[in-house]
Amino acid sequence: MSNFFYCIRQGLKNIFRNHTFSLASIGTITSCLFLFGLSFCILVNFQGMMKNLETSVGVTVFFKEGVTEERILEIKDTVELREEVASVTYVSEDEAWDEFKEDYFPDGDMGILTNLDQDNPLAGLANLEISLQDTSKQQELVDYLESFEEVDHVNSLDSVADSFTDISRLVSYVALGIIIILILVAIFLISNTVRIGIAVRREEIAIMKYIGATDIFVRGPFLVEGIVIGLLGAAIPVVLIRFIYVEIVRFITGQFPVVNVFLTFVPVNQIFNILLPVSLAIGLGIGFIGSYITLRKHIRV
Amino acid sequence: MIALDNVYKTYSTGVSALNGISMRIKKGEFVFVVGSSGSGKTTLFKLLLKELEPTSGTIYINNKNIGRLRRRKIPRMRRGIGVVFQDFRLLKDRTVYDNIAFAERVVGKSARQIRESVPGLLSLVGLSDKAKAYPNELSGGEQQRVALARALANNPPVLLADEPTGNLDPKNAWEIMKLLEEINLRGTTVIVVTHNKDIVEQMQKRVITLSNGVIVSDEQKGGYYENE
Repeated sequence: MSNFFYCIRQGLKNIFRNHTFSLASIGTITSCLFLFGLSFCILVNFQGMMKNLETSVGVTVFFKEGVTEERILEIKDTVELREEVASVTYVSEDEAWDEFKEDYFPDGDMGILTNLDQDNPLAGLANLEISLQDTSKQQELVDYLESFEEVDHVNSLDSVADSFTDISRLVSYVALGIIIILILVAIFLISNTVRIGIAVRREEIAIMKYIGATDIFVRGPFLVEGIVIGLLGAAIPVVLIRFIYVEIVRFITGQFPVVNVFLTFVPVNQIFNILLPVSLAIGLGIGFIGSYITLRKHIRV
Repeated sequence: MIALDNVYKTYSTGVSALNGISMRIKKGEFVFVVGSSGSGKTTLFKLLLKELEPTSGTIYINNKNIGRLRRRKIPRMRRGIGVVFQDFRLLKDRTVYDNIAFAERVVGKSARQIRESVPGLLSLVGLSDKAKAYPNELSGGEQQRVALARALANNPPVLLADEPTGNLDPKNAWEIMKLLEEINLRGTTVIVVTHNKDIVEQMQKRVITLSNGVIVSDEQKGGYYENE
């Protein structure tokens, strides 16, 4: 037990004694995990929003002019029976108009728009909004809907969704590549920091071995040094990102209320409940591996 | 207690440092190992600490064949041997007290055990009043006494000293030798590697003389023989 505390005390001392290299290592891990956290936040939100889009409006069916409301409701009933369909909502021309106003001007500043009420710009745009149980069957459903002769056209988010998914995949690959490079740099830097610590304390280590110190006793302080550097490098970016995330969400939702309809941000706690432990684990891993490989090479009884 | 059977050591550079050494050192003996530089003294010293492996032959320490020892057991074996060097090898950033306490901490003694034993060691080597001094504030003789106290901290049955008086003036050298003798009288086996002729001749102890990696003489109450 006293050895445990000894290792921690010596490890912390090493960090301060070696502060230039310690800071460089912490800085690298910080930038690495900052990037990791940032991509994580973006991807999680992106996925959340995509899911939102997919389920809220999967497919919208517009009808040719002159198709009666009764006929549309009939079609609605048939479509509802299909198993990939979660729900179907009939939106009349007036409702479509109200919804538009509601969506884009939620504060009620719609003086100009109310004037248009009598002459609904969305006339003929009665539609069915269909949300899907199983989005992979979307194309099948679209084909089925287009087979009705009353149907004018079907809007689906398919193509949009696809290109978004492609972009997000590309972004995450690039981020992953950069993160891996930074992790390797961080391991190298920690290993160097520890190597310098060993060089500075060469005499002490030699004496420890003569006295009969075990490998663990000699290595312990250096392992602690690496791990503490790793954990610091992990904690800093998480705190930073949390602050930035909260501010950005506040800014966007405050400045652009319109955006709220499309963008719902993932709650900050939900993100950081995952990001914090994962970042700390990565930091710990980097610190442990970085110091351990050096120790194995340089300190043997 | 300590036994070497036909020990050879050839370095990877091709230099053969020891060419068939056999010796027995009994528990409680006081032995000088002498020889000019290059005679194999230092190699012998390192073999006894298992810092080097013999090319062939076996070495027993405290009746254990250390060639058979697994790597993880080396620290425990070394705890049975106190070591003193020519250049003292004290930790310069720690006080006299902490240098001695360090040796005990390494072997996992509790803070309380350490507090209880360090003062005794300091008074044994006559440095009770220097506990808070740093090594660079001490004379060479005093530093070597600190090193001795550290070597004895864990009550090793064997004390190994490599040129312990090499950096000291005659007066301090004698004080260290007296201390080694006193330690020996308390039951510790003492092996001193040296080429201090005066001391070896006056102490009248067993002297093993090495030359070119072989033992050329082993006298119970010997003097120092030059074998050039």
